[in-house]
Amino acid sequence: MSTASANPDWVLPDRGRVGMFSLFASESAIFVIFIVAYLFYAGKSVSGPTASVLHLPVVLTVCLLSSSWTIHRAVAALRRGEVGSFARSWVATIVLGAVFLGGTALEWRHLIRDEGLTIRTNLFGTTYYSLVGLHAFHVTVGLIALATVALLTAGGRVKREHAARVDLLGLYWHFVDVVWIAVFLVVYVVGR
Amino acid sequence: MSPTSIFAPLSTPAESIFELSILVLAIAAAIFVIVAALLVYSVVKFRRKRNDDGREPAQVYGSLQVELAWTITPVIIVLVLFLASARVVFAVQDAPRTKDSLEVTVVGHQFWWEYRYPGLKVVTANELHVPVGMRTFLNLLSADTDHSFWVPRLAGKTDLIPNHPNRMWIEPRETGLYLGQCAQYCGTQHAKMLLRVYVDSREDFDRWARQQAAAARDDGRVAEGRRVFEQTACINCHTVSGTAANGRFGPDLTHLMSRGTLGAGVASNTPENLRAWIRRPDDFKPGSLMPPMGLSESQLDAVTAYLSTLQ
Amino acid sequence: MATTDVGWIDARAQPRPLVDRLQDWVTTVDHKRLGILYVGYGLLFLVIGGIEATILRLQLVRPHNGFVSPQVFNQMFTMHGTTMIFFVAMPIVFGFANYLVPLMIGARDMAFPRLNAFSFWLTAFSGLFLYFSFVGGFGLYGAGTAPDVGWFAYAPLTAKTFSPGHSTDYWALALLVSGFGSIGTAINIIVTTLSMRCPGMTLGRMPLLVWLNLVMAGLVILAVSPLTAAQIMLLVDRYLGGHFFDTQAGGSAVLWMHFFWVFGHPEVYVLVLPAFAFASEIIPVFSRKAMFGYPVMVAATVAIGFISMSVWAHHMFTVGMTSAGNTFFVLTTMAIAVPTGIKIFNWLATMWGGKIYFKAPMLFCIAFLFQFLVAGLTGVMMSSAPFDWQLGNSYFVVAHFHYVIVGGILFCIFAAFYYWYPKVTGRMYSETLAKAHFWLFVIGFHLTFDSMHVPGLLGMPRRIYTYEPGRGWDTWNLVTTIGVAFQAAGVLAFVFNLVRSYVRGRPAGSDPWDAWTLEWSTTSPPPEYNYASVPVVKSRRPLWDLKHPEDPDWKYE
Repeated sequence: MSTASANPDWVLPDRGRVGMFSLFASESAIFVIFIVAYLFYAGKSVSGPTASVLHLPVVLTVCLLSSSWTIHRAVAALRRGEVGSFARSWVATIVLGAVFLGGTALEWRHLIRDEGLTIRTNLFGTTYYSLVGLHAFHVTVGLIALATVALLTAGGRVKREHAARVDLLGLYWHFVDVVWIAVFLVVYVVGR
Repeated sequence: MSPTSIFAPLSTPAESIFELSILVLAIAAAIFVIVAALLVYSVVKFRRKRNDDGREPAQVYGSLQVELAWTITPVIIVLVLFLASARVVFAVQDAPRTKDSLEVTVVGHQFWWEYRYPGLKVVTANELHVPVGMRTFLNLLSADTDHSFWVPRLAGKTDLIPNHPNRMWIEPRETGLYLGQCAQYCGTQHAKMLLRVYVDSREDFDRWARQQAAAARDDGRVAEGRRVFEQTACINCHTVSGTAANGRFGPDLTHLMSRGTLGAGVASNTPENLRAWIRRPDDFKPGSLMPPMGLSESQLDAVTAYLSTLQ
Repeated sequence: MATTDVGWIDARAQPRPLVDRLQDWVTTVDHKRLGILYVGYGLLFLVIGGIEATILRLQLVRPHNGFVSPQVFNQMFTMHGTTMIFFVAMPIVFGFANYLVPLMIGARDMAFPRLNAFSFWLTAFSGLFLYFSFVGGFGLYGAGTAPDVGWFAYAPLTAKTFSPGHSTDYWALALLVSGFGSIGTAINIIVTTLSMRCPGMTLGRMPLLVWLNLVMAGLVILAVSPLTAAQIMLLVDRYLGGHFFDTQAGGSAVLWMHFFWVFGHPEVYVLVLPAFAFASEIIPVFSRKAMFGYPVMVAATVAIGFISMSVWAHHMFTVGMTSAGNTFFVLTTMAIAVPTGIKIFNWLATMWGGKIYFKAPMLFCIAFLFQFLVAGLTGVMMSSAPFDWQLGNSYFVVAHFHYVIVGGILFCIFAAFYYWYPKVTGRMYSETLAKAHFWLFVIGFHLTFDSMHVPGLLGMPRRIYTYEPGRGWDTWNLVTTIGVAFQAAGVLAFVFNLVRSYVRGRPAGSDPWDAWTLEWSTTSPPPEYNYASVPVVKSRRPLWDLKHPEDPDWKYE
């Protein structure tokens, strides 16, 4: 029996990527259930505000989707060894993500204070806050991870050889954006 | 002979299911006999013998013909079973109303059954009466958790789910008392939510319905008991038509004495049991939602006497 | 030049302190140790779940019995089901997968060893949390506040209105946390299988056990996640005033059922596929023949995985779906019987023309074949929706699924214990004790679960703490209860065998069964690194090729 290094043509998929895509499968299944609940109850609230009180979050969506582009540039820069360019694009991603979260918070404040819509108001309130909140939770977790990498970069610890690992975080961030596209379509387009 | 056997149907839906089940059982039995025989045969024939030479047997990796055969045969069997089942699904679930079919609304409660006959202005509890030889449609609702109406000799079970009305039907061929019970776990006393369905002749049913639609008996001799009843919290949960009692949380008591059992079948309807039940329902059905009313012994006597007049 | 005494520690002369050794186990990330931890954990809860079942059966031994109160009974059946599924079957399945998958693909560990450990401890903690419910909280009923809503926790019984205490919360939180552990392990299995196979081991040369665990892991990811979502929704209802399943506010109880069974049905395939895996490794070795029809076995497994995601509402035939809806699920449920039946035929064909050795692993597999056949057929009966309108929610269902889980899955687990015991411990178990275990358990199993079908046919619903005399149920319930004693005796013999053989069993050597997959090529127990050099394989049975160089498998594959 010979060792693996004697078999250079035995190439298997990268562990990190397979793992990350498996995670996406699981997360997608969770989001699908929340989306099904949202669609099932659409229009069924007996009283209280309906989906017509929602404003199309165009700016927030543009921010979040742009952050996919900035994180893509960041990872590409790190692969080329340009740590400075990587850091700038990385921080831009964090800022855009934070804007998205902040904007969501503002929208929620408006819905609660001015429209009287809370998670307990009616079926719409329950399904809306749960679905959008679940997504916002995933954005938050992502931002914490991105911020951690930003701190490590500031400490000079992130180098070219870390590009593959950082790319995995990038994949996660792209996934969060794809989920937002689905949530956006379901809540603000189809559901209204 | 079990009064609740699924193999002794006496009503059209139960009979349809029974006929289908014979086919299903026959096919399952045939498959079992053939495969089990092959298993037993191979275990006996191919066991390692005592005089074994230690060589490995011929290695067979597969066989296209054999594998095709044992794929196609099950597919055909599945097709047959599916078509037979689908036919009965549609026949039973989508059965139409007939000219003289009866409509009853069944409301499941923790842990008793409410029956309302809208066409006949009858409201009763726990013992369902239906006429023989005609269709009765049951509209199934729930006031709280999930329940299920299962009287095996009359029909398959259908669930009572809050906010999700269901509909089932029975068409009994013979008069008599049919037994069953709630078949969906609904809480502490799920086990004691028993079903009693009386299938009456047409005349008996009409007489029963007229009697049930009448207002409560007003017997002056039990005025004291009636007073206790009306001044205690009884009236918050129970209805006795023609009196101040119009609560809907518990069973309608207008014709309590026309029922053979108490507490959804937990005890027979005798004065002793009735008194003991009112005193402390938990003695019979721990966890039932009727609290002990804290009545004195003489109050209990009076109330029992009053309720005993509600024929 | 004088030599200096370096002072090596000789582990055999002076065993390390107990505290150090325990710390090793608690902090381990080695897949073999985690596998043993998972399996040991599952065995412990098997005994606890068995005690809960014994309490149930003692209460039901005769009508109107007063052994336990209805409140305690309802907690017992809820905890029995929840324990057996989540803290017995799943840990044992994950434990064996953890131990065997890397070894069988020639790898040195799982893809993510630290995630592996984290997943185990999540599950372990959540089981302890669930059991804390017996003593913690404001017990409404005097037996703590253990869950009493049934293992599928139907709405709206779980709403705050109808379950005001914390019983539902213990259920939801324990399973939520254990679900994350399950998903973590599933990810590990998938990545390990796809990314860490040794050179030459294409997907088509993996042992069937690895294939079956791969599909199982995929099902975990797709099925446990919906349960996680549903449980989050339940907690939103109970604590944030949400209305997902709040029927009094327009919510739907049926929606919970759909979400739960979208998890619940694939879950049973999560449990049974590894059982098939064990049978698929053991039957060929003890028949001395290669698996018959390997490609179709793989195809059937994948087919089962896919179809299993489409059958869930056969648990809901009585809730009032439309006739078209019911008919769809009749079709998909019957369809899944086809690949499942094909597997039985393939196992039979493997035995056919072979030389069968009746050692304990094979005895349990033979019983499995017979019992799984019966279980599958009672399943086919219930797939016919009208028949299910009578059989559903009765003791017929309880008998059916215990036939699958005990008669099918547990028997295969016993077989697996005996088959791999020599590899894991380096010792042979006692064949006499194992045969005693087998016969005691077979007798007990059939006494209990054969008779259990009859009350279902005679109208006895499930989840009732007592029943009425005069319905023809009494004697059958008595016989059902009697079988428990034999099963308990069998399990005792089993545990005793495991412990005693560890101390006194004769050394097993690396390949006591003359088997053909990679794990038998390393020592018993394997070294921490599994293989001194990474194996290279050319067929599905690398050790057969080594032992039969004149007639290797790769000539025929």
